[in-house]
Amino acid sequence: MPPKPLDYESINENVKKAQYAVRGELYLRATELQKEGKKIIFTNVGNPHALGQKPLTFPRQVVALCQAPFLLDDPNVGLLFPADAIARAKQYLSITSGGLGAYSDSRGIPGVRKEVAEFIQRRDGYPSDPELIYLTDGASKAVMQTLNTIIKGEGDGIMVPVPQYPLYSATIALLGGTLVPYYLEETANWGLDTNELRKSITEGRRKGLNVKAMVIINPGNPTGQCLSAENLREVLQFCYDENLVLLGDEVYQTNIYQDERPFISSKKVLMDIGPPLSKEVQLVSFHSVSKGFLGECGQRGGYFEMTNIPPETVDEIYKVASISLSPNVPAQIFMGLMVNPPKPGDISYDQFFRESKGILESLRRRARIMTDGFNSCRNVVCNFTEGAMYSFPQVRLPPKALEAAKQAGKVADVFYCLKLLEATGISTVPGSGFGQKDGVFHLRTTILPAEEEMPAIMDSFKKFNDEFMEQYEDHRGYSRL
Amino acid sequence: MRKSAADRFRHLFNRSLIFVRNQQNQQHHRLSPIPLSSSPFSSMASDSPFPVTAQNINPQVLKCQYAVRGEIVTLAQNLQKDLQANPGAHSFDEIIYCNIGNPQSLGQQPITFFREVLALCDYPALLDKSETQGLFSADSIERAWQIVDQIPGRATGAYSHSQGIQGLRDTIAAGIGERDGFPCNADDIFLTDGASPAVHMMMQLLTRSEKDGILCPIPQYPLYSASITLHGGHLVPYYLDEATGWGLEISELKKQLEDAKSKGINVRALVVINPGNPTGQVLAEENQRAIVEFCKKEGLVLLADEVYQENVYVPEKKFHSFKKVSRSMGYGDNDLCLVSFQSVSKGYHGECGKRGGYMEVTGFSPDVREQIYKVASVNLCSNITGQILASLIMSPPKVGDESYESFMAEKNAILSSLTKRAKSLEEALNKLEGVTCNKAEGAMYLFPRIRLPEKAIKAAEAEKTAPDAFYCKRLLNATGIVVVPGSGFGQVPGTWHFRCTILPQEDRIPAIVTRLTEFHEKFMNEFRD
Repeated sequence: MPPKPLDYESINENVKKAQYAVRGELYLRATELQKEGKKIIFTNVGNPHALGQKPLTFPRQVVALCQAPFLLDDPNVGLLFPADAIARAKQYLSITSGGLGAYSDSRGIPGVRKEVAEFIQRRDGYPSDPELIYLTDGASKAVMQTLNTIIKGEGDGIMVPVPQYPLYSATIALLGGTLVPYYLEETANWGLDTNELRKSITEGRRKGLNVKAMVIINPGNPTGQCLSAENLREVLQFCYDENLVLLGDEVYQTNIYQDERPFISSKKVLMDIGPPLSKEVQLVSFHSVSKGFLGECGQRGGYFEMTNIPPETVDEIYKVASISLSPNVPAQIFMGLMVNPPKPGDISYDQFFRESKGILESLRRRARIMTDGFNSCRNVVCNFTEGAMYSFPQVRLPPKALEAAKQAGKVADVFYCLKLLEATGISTVPGSGFGQKDGVFHLRTTILPAEEEMPAIMDSFKKFNDEFMEQYEDHRGYSRL
Repeated sequence: MRKSAADRFRHLFNRSLIFVRNQQNQQHHRLSPIPLSSSPFSSMASDSPFPVTAQNINPQVLKCQYAVRGEIVTLAQNLQKDLQANPGAHSFDEIIYCNIGNPQSLGQQPITFFREVLALCDYPALLDKSETQGLFSADSIERAWQIVDQIPGRATGAYSHSQGIQGLRDTIAAGIGERDGFPCNADDIFLTDGASPAVHMMMQLLTRSEKDGILCPIPQYPLYSASITLHGGHLVPYYLDEATGWGLEISELKKQLEDAKSKGINVRALVVINPGNPTGQVLAEENQRAIVEFCKKEGLVLLADEVYQENVYVPEKKFHSFKKVSRSMGYGDNDLCLVSFQSVSKGYHGECGKRGGYMEVTGFSPDVREQIYKVASVNLCSNITGQILASLIMSPPKVGDESYESFMAEKNAILSSLTKRAKSLEEALNKLEGVTCNKAEGAMYLFPRIRLPEKAIKAAEAEKTAPDAFYCKRLLNATGIVVVPGSGFGQVPGTWHFRCTILPQEDRIPAIVTRLTEFHEKFMNEFRD
């Protein structure tokens, strides 16, 4: 009997090769334990609402009204909704081609894309063309679509930071391309060094790869670092010199927890440099409604903006987008509301400002609490979370622990994280899921647990860690790997 | 230095691009994919001066086509802009989009109960307010509570489980069980952003190389041809028989399977769209049994696109899911690999913009299920609104519920109106000279065959357009009506069709029929042999 098409040995090898640790082994073990009744604190994914962050009121009001337009005809609607939400809902409904239930233009509702373009213009000080902005079901889909356009096969290399958000490694594997790693420097605050970039691309080419693109995640995930304007200039120059398209993942652009390096977009830096780079370097930038202070992960709303991409390529990208018909319409409304929020003077402005400020300030405090908490633990060092939503401490595992992990048939940081999970219920993602230098171990956690619960969580972690180190440490000390 | 070399190169490539595009257009009509090795791009790629140009992007992207939003729609959108800029410049004052199954864009109203529940889930703060009871039905409030309670932390804005919220999958599984009379396991359900991503996932799973083939009906909904191309596989066509109401013959399946095998293709799956798109036929149960037997015998995965399951317009036919048919034959998980697709976009609910849908995957091993889960997890989850809506359509209001009467009234009004429109448009098309049109037993489309005179075919050739595209463009320019040329779906070579939806509101149909009839008469007068 020949193997059936959906037997394990018959399926697409690329599917088998792809890995996505964020919902991998640790997460699955955590859900098992949860079913058995253990209290689990899920810090494995940047999912703010799952950890108690509340949705902002105004966007939810507007979308609810768009969802049920009959409400707008009810004389009592003003009892439940403020006038500006009602007005905004009417305005959005008027620019759809049949409300939330109709497929929109495959690139997204033109009026919303215009709002996005205006947002980008205000942010960067340079004009932005709505025709080159496509809305998508989350930034992940935008990344997948872009990589699918670029990658022909395993001969195509894509430069990706290590550590990276494993959407990139998984997607490259699924598409049959080759990942070309460039290492961020942990001792320099996860800094990006052009020497390292050159080393990486040389190595890629030596292997016979046609290196076509470079991904930057700014602010970084899992590392949180915010790139300086200088750094971005170097990256863009590098892409110009080496003929790479730059893929700028900027979904955490409003999650900034220090003041030395505010967010600056790759597009702005590119335009600031001026010609010839500003007219030639190909750039695709990504954003999302899942992060920031909105945290609306479940809506699946995102966009990508194309810069210096030739019209024929844009046509092809449009063609592929059209096969999926359209991105979901409610999320497009969320996107419009994110880039064009209530203004001072609007009825809902004060509440909106208060809610968003509250969230951002709390995130800033939690970034600090967590970094300091990790740094107070034995054999743990942790760079400050400058931005994004994660903490990525380095855990120096003693040789005896490495041995125990080997015995258990587990990668060392997976071993540590499983023990952490079983002891404390804290569900993290081992650093191996993101990539790290050989012999250096990390874990990724989010800074999203509620502020009032953070001290207890950090205590719980410290207790576990210090006991673990006690158990596995050789009192003669150990050599650093 | 770099720039001038690039300019010269670009000029050369643009010329070769036009040549290949023409090749692709011709290839497309025969629906045989271009083998990768013959693509002029693969040899030139590494010489390109730019990282991302039309010459060096993924050739599968270049190859794939999706006519539903293709050339004719771009022309229509340009015409629409022109109408706004120069009103009165054309003999019509609006574009009527009959190219796409998008009911609510043509005036169909959403089902009230569903929207009530969705609005409450979007803004759950409403559930705590007393005024809400004055604006929402009691059962919609109750259902919203139920759903929100099934979401961990009541966080409707959080990423869910990658297969979709457990409680919603339980509801869907129960709905499937009730529909079919055979149980459904919630763990077999994968909620997706519409049925389309689920189809892509299966194509990705099944396609290892261009030697892997998928049997697809001709005519077919071009998501299948596009997806197979994007994933680098091989479409193996099987022809539906227009003369017998678009019948699906097992002998045809056998013939195409053997033919493909003899060419070294591993045929892995069979796509069946029931009710059919664009053809609208509803399979007889006997036919379905034969298909199940065929898949079991030949070791094929049965991919059952059942998104139009609620759109059946003839009393002599009924929708039976392939799950029900296979289970009623005594076949279980060990006998048949079956993937069934459903969507919130069609039926009587028509919620295209929500992007909600699911696939039910049965008959495969746990380690493959793990792989499917893994692929789903890379995208984290599908949008929550779509998930909620999928659960609602599989468990709508029941007898005794407060909203039941009004729900049934809305549903029946929509379905009976669709039935009427299917009939009146089909009759009108059959009256046109040289046009025959099979009945739309289900779905949302009519797929008339037009016998184009030789003169018309020559005129099309002179314009380097396929004859059916030529007809459709003329129709668009004369009347503002947008339909999709049959070549976008596949047809027996030498026959021409177009696909038109039955979705414009009832009161617009007479005007559309008049315009279409007038145009057709003029066209035939101009080109009659």
